Amino acid sequence: MCNGNPYLPYTATIVETWYETGGERPVKTFKVTLDDAAARESWSHRPGQCAMVGLLGVGESMFCISCSPTEGDFLRFSVMRAGKVTSALHQLEAGDKITVRGPYGNSFPLEEWEGKRILTVGGGIGQAPLRPIVEFVRANRDKYAGLTVIYGARSCGDLCFKGELEALAKEGDIECHLSVDVGEEGWPHYVGFVPSLLMEVNPSPENTIAVTCGPPIMIRFVLENLKKLGFADEQIYTTLENRMKCGLGKCGRCNAGHLYVCKDGPVFSYAVLKDVPEAFA
Amino acid sequence: MGAISALLLTKEKWPEFLGKISGKQLFAPKRQGDRVYLAPLKEGELPDFDFQNTLVPPKALVFPQTETLYRYRLGETEMKEPAIEGEAVLLGVRPCDGRAMQLVERLFCWDVDDPYYLKRRALVTVVGLACSEPGLNCFCSSVGGGPASTEGLDLLMTDLGESFLLEPLTDKGRALLAEAGELLAEAPPEAVAQKEQIAAEAAARIKRSVDTAGIPEGLPRLWNDPLWQRHAAACLGCGTCTYLCPTCHCFDIQDEAEGTEARRLRVWDSCMFEEYTRHASGHNPRPTRRERTRNRISHKYSYYVQKFGIIACVGCGRCVNLCPVNIDLVEILRQVKEAL
Ligand SMILES: Cc1cc2nc3c(=O)[nH]c(=O)nc-3n(C[C@H](O)[C@H](O)[C@H](O)COP(=O)(O)OP(=O)(O)OC[C@H]3O[C@@H](n4cnc5c(N)ncnc54)[C@H](O)[C@@H]3O)c2cc1C
Ligand code: SF4
Ligand code: SF4
Ligand code: FES
Repeated sequence: MCNGNPYLPYTATIVETWYETGGERPVKTFKVTLDDAAARESWSHRPGQCAMVGLLGVGESMFCISCSPTEGDFLRFSVMRAGKVTSALHQLEAGDKITVRGPYGNSFPLEEWEGKRILTVGGGIGQAPLRPIVEFVRANRDKYAGLTVIYGARSCGDLCFKGELEALAKEGDIECHLSVDVGEEGWPHYVGFVPSLLMEVNPSPENTIAVTCGPPIMIRFVLENLKKLGFADEQIYTTLENRMKCGLGKCGRCNAGHLYVCKDGPVFSYAVLKDVPEAFA
Repeated sequence: MGAISALLLTKEKWPEFLGKISGKQLFAPKRQGDRVYLAPLKEGELPDFDFQNTLVPPKALVFPQTETLYRYRLGETEMKEPAIEGEAVLLGVRPCDGRAMQLVERLFCWDVDDPYYLKRRALVTVVGLACSEPGLNCFCSSVGGGPASTEGLDLLMTDLGESFLLEPLTDKGRALLAEAGELLAEAPPEAVAQKEQIAAEAAARIKRSVDTAGIPEGLPRLWNDPLWQRHAAACLGCGTCTYLCPTCHCFDIQDEAEGTEARRLRVWDSCMFEEYTRHASGHNPRPTRRERTRNRISHKYSYYVQKFGIIACVGCGRCVNLCPVNIDLVEILRQVKEAL
């Protein structure tokens, strides 16, 4: 928060950018640092939190912070080109300035999960909020019983963090299962939808926490399948991405029923969400 | 200052009283055609108290329809916050609208303070005007208010015919009266009794009512009830019911530039608009007017209650009076009650 005004953002400089995916709606990752030394000092975020990223003259949009604080003193955003702000962001390169305010929302209760196996189930750009969990658990590997990553996208070219995940798969210590909806020449992994891959992998619910994020339709089927596999509601978490403008519980638009996703969320356990009628609308 | 309970101002002294209010901009009800607005009162002008309520609620003066968050020049990164200054007196605010300001403040203070709202709120002195003739669709007494309720007001005025009864409620209200001390007389008990009677008679003339018992807890159970489709079928999605509602507070944040001078601003928004909740993917969790109408009413009568412990509707009747297709909140609530 600048000058005690929560609407006033910090300025930040892009240090590196790269494309995660191509196609009609490419995803570009931005690695940024806050310009002000005091701001860098006071900033702290946790996996699952998000931030409002803006471009002066264009506007602001909410993104999850797609890196874990264990990775270093920078922020990462992985941005899919969707409309006005995201298209303008995609024009930017290293050295360009953006605005950042946050971090907003609650976070994954990673301390509570210590001693357990963590299973992430992601689809498309939905891997962005899950990536910090993967990185956090890797950095604290001895505190967790294991890590399984299930991730899929429409096609090979739509997979975010692909190189990184393939390297993880080779590491062996971490289970990583990738999929694409439509098969293509040379694709060595699963072909089909993420919820089916989940059934194929058939993870045991024993001492496991499952976290899922992706398109609403995928989330719905993943939840159904997790229940089939025997996961209890309390073992399942998801993060919601309702449209947001303030991140501060004021602008009113992010609500799912009585919950303000920007403040009460974006991370929720299914035990809470299953009774919120609008949560999976 | 001692405990001043009630003072009397005879109507001949009213213009002089207004002249004593110094250093603060005066806003008061003024007629334009068949509508009344809270507008700046020029020197020598008198407020028009012959109205039921202003078209635009006084929220517009503490939560402007468009408000600059900060200014900047294109290509530069320095952001300048606007100075929020200048005290104002809002004269002739109806008690329901005063309550609405108090009620919305809970949200603007929730966890993180909203500096814009709170600064503007601190700069205004709210002078209420008790109702003697409720409007056609008023139902304040069903939702915790009344024709002479004082929540959110600094001073309550009641028209006693030949004079005004002035009841200061806060330090701001007392300070305002102190400026015109010599024009005021202590109110005799009969004057206070007369005010009570006016308020009681007005309350008795309120025609519409809602029995809210059970509604906040019950609304989520009616999620799939056909009543939402029935009521939303005619809705045009124009947003009038929310823009002009004194408790609606939703906004959008946008950037705007003219030449190289630019600003980031916030502007009223409405949950009755399709784009309000639409995700960038095109997915919309509230795809039709049915879901949006259900949200508008659930927000006021259930979600706000769960979050802030109070119904976010003050029964001013604007949404009923002004809806171009006569969608009637009171009737919807009656049917909600019936369906529970
Ligand atoms: C908590 C949270 C976390 C998020 N995390 C991420 C993340 O990590 N990565 C990510 O990429 N996104 C994320 N999002 C989504 C992101 O905020 C939106 O994609 C972004 O705000 C879109 O902004 P925009 O200005 O580019 O789109 P807008 O211009 O606002 O577009 C919005 C709508 O307009 C439509 N539209 C845009 N242009 C056109 C056009 N030319 N014609 C017709 N319709 C059009 C779009 O389809 C969309 O429905 C997150 C959202 C939330 C709330
Ligand atoms: S919902 Fe309707 S009656 Fe209630 S405060 Fe808003 S405009 Fe007035
Ligand atoms: S005023 Fe009436 S028509 Fe307009 S959005 Fe509200 S309910 Fe719909
Ligand atoms: S984003 Fe504004 S209230 Fe949640």
